[in-house]
Amino acid sequence: MNLAIRDIRHNGGRFALTAVGVGLLLMIVMGMGGIYRGLIREATLLVDKIGADLWIVQGGTRGPFAEVSRIPADLEDRARGVPGVASAQRFVSHTIQREHRGRRLRLVVQGLGWPEDRGDWLPLVAGRPLGQAHYEMIADRSLGLALGEELKLGKDAYRVVGLTKGMTGTAGDGLGFFSASDAAAIQFDVPGEATRLERQARRARAEALDVGQVSPLLLERAAGPASGIPALAPPRVSAVTVTLQAGVDAARVAATFATWPDITVYTHRQQVDLLLSGMVDRSRRQLGLFRALLIVISTIIMALIIYTLTLDKVHDIALLKLIGARNRVVVGLILQQSLLIGALGYGLAYWLGKFAFPLFPRLVVVEQGDLLALAGIVLAISVVASLLGIGKAMSVEPGKVLA
Amino acid sequence: MMGEVDCGAPAIEAFGLRKVYGSGDTEVLAVSDVSLRVERGEVVALLGPSGAGKTTLLLAIGLISRPTSGRIEIGGVPVMDGARPLVNLAAFRRRHLGFVFQKANLIPFLSARENVQVALEINDVPARLARRRALDLLEYLGMADRARYLPEALSGGQQQRVAVARALANGPSLVLADEPTAALDSQRGRQVMELFAKVAHERGAGVVVVTHDHRSLDVFDRAFEMEDGRLCAPDSTRQRPGVTT
Repeated sequence: MNLAIRDIRHNGGRFALTAVGVGLLLMIVMGMGGIYRGLIREATLLVDKIGADLWIVQGGTRGPFAEVSRIPADLEDRARGVPGVASAQRFVSHTIQREHRGRRLRLVVQGLGWPEDRGDWLPLVAGRPLGQAHYEMIADRSLGLALGEELKLGKDAYRVVGLTKGMTGTAGDGLGFFSASDAAAIQFDVPGEATRLERQARRARAEALDVGQVSPLLLERAAGPASGIPALAPPRVSAVTVTLQAGVDAARVAATFATWPDITVYTHRQQVDLLLSGMVDRSRRQLGLFRALLIVISTIIMALIIYTLTLDKVHDIALLKLIGARNRVVVGLILQQSLLIGALGYGLAYWLGKFAFPLFPRLVVVEQGDLLALAGIVLAISVVASLLGIGKAMSVEPGKVLA
Repeated sequence: MMGEVDCGAPAIEAFGLRKVYGSGDTEVLAVSDVSLRVERGEVVALLGPSGAGKTTLLLAIGLISRPTSGRIEIGGVPVMDGARPLVNLAAFRRRHLGFVFQKANLIPFLSARENVQVALEINDVPARLARRRALDLLEYLGMADRARYLPEALSGGQQQRVAVARALANGPSLVLADEPTAALDSQRGRQVMELFAKVAHERGAGVVVVTHDHRSLDVFDRAFEMEDGRLCAPDSTRQRPGVTT
């Protein structure tokens, strides 16, 4: 006869409420682990999806995910000339925040190296890749944009031609994919008045110089578009991504790039490590600490619950002892109930999480390994929590029946 | 160590039992030099005012509370020498003693049948056999039709019958009852007392009942009076030969 089950059956309502409480607590523990995993996945998603073997960034910096990185766009041509390189593409990425249809829209503007890269590699759930060099975009579903909808950014409007799912930036904001030149245009867009003022300032500076006075053509160009001034730098991008030919040793090619003094090169692995050890690291550690605290709190709460349940049964335990029950009968009663509460709470946490986690504002990734680890932790919590109750039960004297 | 009881030996013999609570100025002598012998098949009453030491004596001979000094033998097996147990007390209680209290003390989450069955399973009786024996016992005590009921659905008298069934589950040498009818009306109280007599006479167990209820004294083979921790001479009209105090 299983006393634990019979007690639970008799006190079903109270036991169910207890299990729900423990379940909610464990759901938070589970969710915290999921947020931790989600943070890592979001942080490395873009780098993983792009799948570049090497990242060329501004010399002496740790790349666009860690700090400002500016390199000339034509660096991609230089990179293509290195033996072993299959392709090189400009990488433009920046986060903007705009008002759209009366609500706030945070968006990571991501440049695609048109025409080689039209976004065919993206996990499209609707629509198509980019079909033209300008004024089209692929948006992540989390941005709330509809297929065919137009989004005005700067002076231009971009039509949503494709939708992705789960493509978010390191901060959890949805990604919008544009051609690299459109991405740059969005990044460097300034109001017309600012452009006019800058042109006038350029002309004034040129007039003050000898070179401006001896070369009237230069003065004319200074007052025109920046692209018409040969002395000015070419367009800037955040990085250049490099894909190597099959079988080529990435370290060897990286060593070649490392000899270029104006840039720094990172392998895919190094780029991922930079992301995880940089911007994500503190959040990751904080979540880990919070998770550990929650586990301790869960243990304490479960211990108190089991202790209270044991107190309620002190009289019955005394009676069992009086009629000669062995200690293992009493220990089994308490331990089994503790394990059942833990198991039910865990099951409930998993079930509730399936509905609740997708509604969380940040990505929650619950992995099999984490589920197994949490199951082990719950098992340990249940055993540890029952010790307090078992200690109490062991101290109950059979004569307590008469009390 | 677990001695086997001798079916021919008295259900219980106690020699010079003393129980002292506290020490120094706060010392209380609860049981003073009590010797007692109860035969198998005999039902004995312990009478006396509150605080006389009846329950303390019952707890001592029930191996629940250790005496300060004296010896106890149950079924011919020496079980206590002073405060020193000579057997595994829990195991001995499980196999050879049955208890009934003022309150039935049934486990609230077990049915009547399960309350009896649990005592058998604790004594390593296989579940199926324990179930059958429990039902047999409830039938013997006229409770077969209430076997599935939880204690809360039973009357006080019915609960006490289940408690008696539980006490008898493992065929004890000795059944100890502490004011088992205190919570019952006179009619049901008498029924329970008669039940103890039936158990003693038909099952051969020695039964010691602590009671205030003088109306049912005719049910007992002997009745002892306790006062200030001492066991007085038994009611002479009911004393049998071979029984000493």
